Amino acid sequence: MRIRLTFSKKGAMQYVGHLDLHRSWERIFRRSGLPLAYSQGFHPQPRLNLACALPLGFTSQCEILDAWLEQDLPIDQIQEPVSSALPPGLEVHSLEIIDLHATALQTQVTSAVYLITFLDEIPDLDDRVQRIISADHLPRLRRNKPYDLRSLIEGISLLAQNESGKCGISVQLAAREAATGRPEELLDELGIKFEATHVHREKLILASSWLSN
Amino acid sequence: MVLSPTDIKFKLERILPTVQKPARYIGGELNQIVKNWDSIETRVALVFPDIYDIAMSNLGLAILYELINDRPDALAERVYTPWIDMESAMRSAGIPLYSLESKQPLSAFDIVGFTLPYETLFTNTLNALDLAGIPLLSAERHETDPLVIAGGHATFNPEPMYSFMDAFVIGEGEQVIQEIIDAYQMWKRSSLSRQHLLIGLSSLPGVYVPSLYHAYYKPDGTVDHIEKLVGQANFPVLKRIVPHLPPPPTRFIVPNIETVHNRVPIEIMRGCTRGCRFCHAGMVSRPVRERSVSEIIQAIDVALKHTGFEEIGLLSLSSSDYTHISELIQAITDKYHGQHLGISLPSLRIASFSVDLMDLLKDSRHGGFTLAPEAATEHMRNIINKPLSNEQLLETACQIYSRGWTTIKLYFMIGHPAETLEDVKAIADLCKAVLSEGHKAIGHRAKLNVGVSTFIPKPHTPFQWVSCDSVEQIQSKQTLLKHELRHRDIKLTWTNPEVTLLEAWLSRGDRHMADVVYKAWKNGARFDAWQDQFNFDAWMAAFDATHLDPSFYTHRTRSLDEVFPWDHISTGVRKKFLLKDFQLSQEFQTRMDCRLNCFACGILPTFAGLRRENPGDSWSCPDVKSPPKVKVAEVS
Repeated sequence: MRIRLTFSKKGAMQYVGHLDLHRSWERIFRRSGLPLAYSQGFHPQPRLNLACALPLGFTSQCEILDAWLEQDLPIDQIQEPVSSALPPGLEVHSLEIIDLHATALQTQVTSAVYLITFLDEIPDLDDRVQRIISADHLPRLRRNKPYDLRSLIEGISLLAQNESGKCGISVQLAAREAATGRPEELLDELGIKFEATHVHREKLILASSWLSN
Repeated sequence: MVLSPTDIKFKLERILPTVQKPARYIGGELNQIVKNWDSIETRVALVFPDIYDIAMSNLGLAILYELINDRPDALAERVYTPWIDMESAMRSAGIPLYSLESKQPLSAFDIVGFTLPYETLFTNTLNALDLAGIPLLSAERHETDPLVIAGGHATFNPEPMYSFMDAFVIGEGEQVIQEIIDAYQMWKRSSLSRQHLLIGLSSLPGVYVPSLYHAYYKPDGTVDHIEKLVGQANFPVLKRIVPHLPPPPTRFIVPNIETVHNRVPIEIMRGCTRGCRFCHAGMVSRPVRERSVSEIIQAIDVALKHTGFEEIGLLSLSSSDYTHISELIQAITDKYHGQHLGISLPSLRIASFSVDLMDLLKDSRHGGFTLAPEAATEHMRNIINKPLSNEQLLETACQIYSRGWTTIKLYFMIGHPAETLEDVKAIADLCKAVLSEGHKAIGHRAKLNVGVSTFIPKPHTPFQWVSCDSVEQIQSKQTLLKHELRHRDIKLTWTNPEVTLLEAWLSRGDRHMADVVYKAWKNGARFDAWQDQFNFDAWMAAFDATHLDPSFYTHRTRSLDEVFPWDHISTGVRKKFLLKDFQLSQEFQTRMDCRLNCFACGILPTFAGLRRENPGDSWSCPDVKSPPKVKVAEVS
C-alpha cells in the first residue's frame, strides 16, 4: 500500500539536510515495526519519496512523504507506530492512503510558500521588496547558467511584526522540476544575508490538490 | 563570567548557519537523555576530543553514558570538540565549550571525563579545556573547577598528559566510574579541600592521580624511578577489568546526520589471545571474556527497536576466535532474514572459515573483504608473531573473489627495524599474487586495496624496547611499494611518516613530553589525526623550545633493564613476560594462541580472585587451580 504523510520539521531537525532526512524516515519506519517496502536489485533502497527537498537550516510545517508498505494495513494501525517512532523535531500532521498508481509526488509539486523572518532590523525593507515586485526581470546566474528569478516569484508580501518584534516577508516561489525559485537567491537579490534570517516553509502547492496547514 | 545555556542558545542561532554541518552542535537526537540539571547531585560530562562525526561511534562513552544516567543521583552529557570553523565562530562570539544535551558550559560540570583512545587526540584535549575556560594544569584548578579525568587506551601510558589530568582511569571503566562518582559525592558533602579529593581517589583501584607521584630521571634522560608521594596511593596502578562483561548498552543515540560507523555496535568479546607482538590492544585488554550468544542476540533485538539502524557491527579484536561465532552469525542471519539488515563483521582471521562466515552475511558482498596479513615473509611473520602462509592467504583470496566479492582490502605494516627491503618487496609481490587470484576468478572486475601502516613500538608490548625506523628508511620503503604497486586495479594508501613520528613520540613519552604537548598546542597544533590539519612544524618547534631531542623517544634502542615511564601502570601482563616474548622475536620464534597453551603472561595470578569467582568458560584463561590462601586459624 502507499501512504502519504504530511509533517513538520523543526527544532533538532532544523539542520538536517534532505538525504539525512530521508534516512531518518527509513529509521522511523524500521523502529515502528511496520513493513516498509524496499526496491529490488543489488542495493535495495527503502521506498520513500519526499515531495520537495528542503534546504538545510529551513524549518517547515508542510513537508510531504510518500511511503510504500509491503502489506495493506488499516490507517489506525499505522498512525500510532509511526508517531511513537518519531525523533524530536518531526511531527506528523496527517496520514492518508494514496492510490498505488497515482503520479509521483515530486512531479506534482508546483510551488512553495516560505515565511522569511529577519533577525535584524531592515529599515528600508518595504523599498527592497517593491523593487523586486516592480522588476520585469531579475537576471541571475546559477551554476554559471543564466536564469530569470523574477519569473519564479509567484507572490511576495510583507508580514506584520511577529511576537518578538521581528519583520518578515511571505513569498510564493515556483517549485517545479525545471524551475525552482530558491529563498537564498531572493534574499541575495534583496541584499539580506541568509545567516540573518530564518526561513520556514509554510505550504507546498501540488498540482492535483491544495495541501496546507 | 560564564554564559548560561539560554545565552549560549541565543548566540548559537546566529552562528550555526555559518558553519559546516551545524547539526553537529545542537544535540536533540532520539535517545539522548536530558535530566533536570538543578535537581541532580552529580553532573558528569563525557568528552570525546574530536568532532561529532567521529565521536558518536565511540562505544566506551556510549557505555558510560547509559551507566551514569541509570543512577538517579547523576547525569551524563556529551561534549565533543567543534571543527575549526565552529571553534573560530565560538571564540569570536564568546561561546564556551558546552554539552549537547542541555547546552551547559563544560566548566559547570562536576566531573569532566575525557576518553583518549589514541595519542593524536592530546592537543584537542588541551584545546577543549581552553575552549571551556577550565585551567589546563591540574595544579591550577580550584574547588570550584570540575574534576578532570581521562580514560581510554592511550592512558596506559599517561605520562605525556600527566600535568593536565587530575586523575587517570586505567582499564575498563564500568565499575570504577561508579566508585569515582561515589567518592566525589562524599568529598563534595565534606567541604574539604580539592587535595583531599585527589588523595581519596588515588587509592581507588585503577585510578592514577599523577600529582601524587614524582618521576626521577637519570643523567642520560631515562627514568630512574617513580615514587608515590602519599602512602595510600596505588603503586603500581593496576588496571581495572570487569570479571564478566555486563549487559551491553542498547539505547544508542541516533545521529540525525551522517557519522562514521552509523550503526549498532555490539561488543561480542573483550581481549585477545593471539599475542601479536606489535598489538597494544591485544596486550592491554586481557583476559578474553566472551558474551553469550543469547545475550548478544537479545541486545541486537532491543537496540534495533530503539534505534532503527540499518546495520549492526559485531566487534572484537579477533572475531573468528569467538567460540560460538558460526552459531552467532547463523542465528542473526536467520532472525533478520529479509529485513535488509547490514551486518559488519571486521577483524577476521585469514582462513576459509572466515569466508564461510562472511558468506552467511548475504548483504555484505558489495563491501570489500578486509584481511590483515601485516607481513609477507616468514622472517617478519615470526618476528611479529602473526604466522600465516602465503598459500593460506592466496587460497582465501581465491575463495573471496570467487564467491561474490570484487574488492579485497589488505593491511600491511612496515617499519620494524629488523625489516629488510626484501621483506617490503615481498609485500608487493604478495599483493600482486592476490590480485592475480582475483583476475583468474573474475577478470578485471577484481580490485585490491592495500593499506600500509607504519610500525610504532607501543608501551606494554614486547616491542616496547625497539627503536623506530628513521623517516628516510620509511620513505624508501614506501617509495618501493608505490613503484611496485602501480596498477589500475590496485589502490595503495600509506601513513605520512611525520604522523608516525608524532604517534611514536607520544606513545612512549615521559613527563617531559607534557611540556612538548602544551607548547605544540600553543603553536596551533590541533586535530593531529586529521591529514589536512596535522602541523608537524608546531611539534618540531615545541621540541626545540623544550630543548628535548625527539629521537630520544623514537630512535634509541632501550637496554633490557631500563625503567620505562609507564612501568608503574600495570596491565596485569608482567614485564618479564614481555621481555621474554621480545627475546623470542629476536630469535624468530613464535608463540601459539594462548587459548591453546597458557604462557603465564601474569594475568591469572594478578586477577586470581576474580578468576576464582568467574571460573570456566567465562574467561579464555585456564582456571585458577590453587585454592585461596587460608589463615591457619580457620583450618579445623
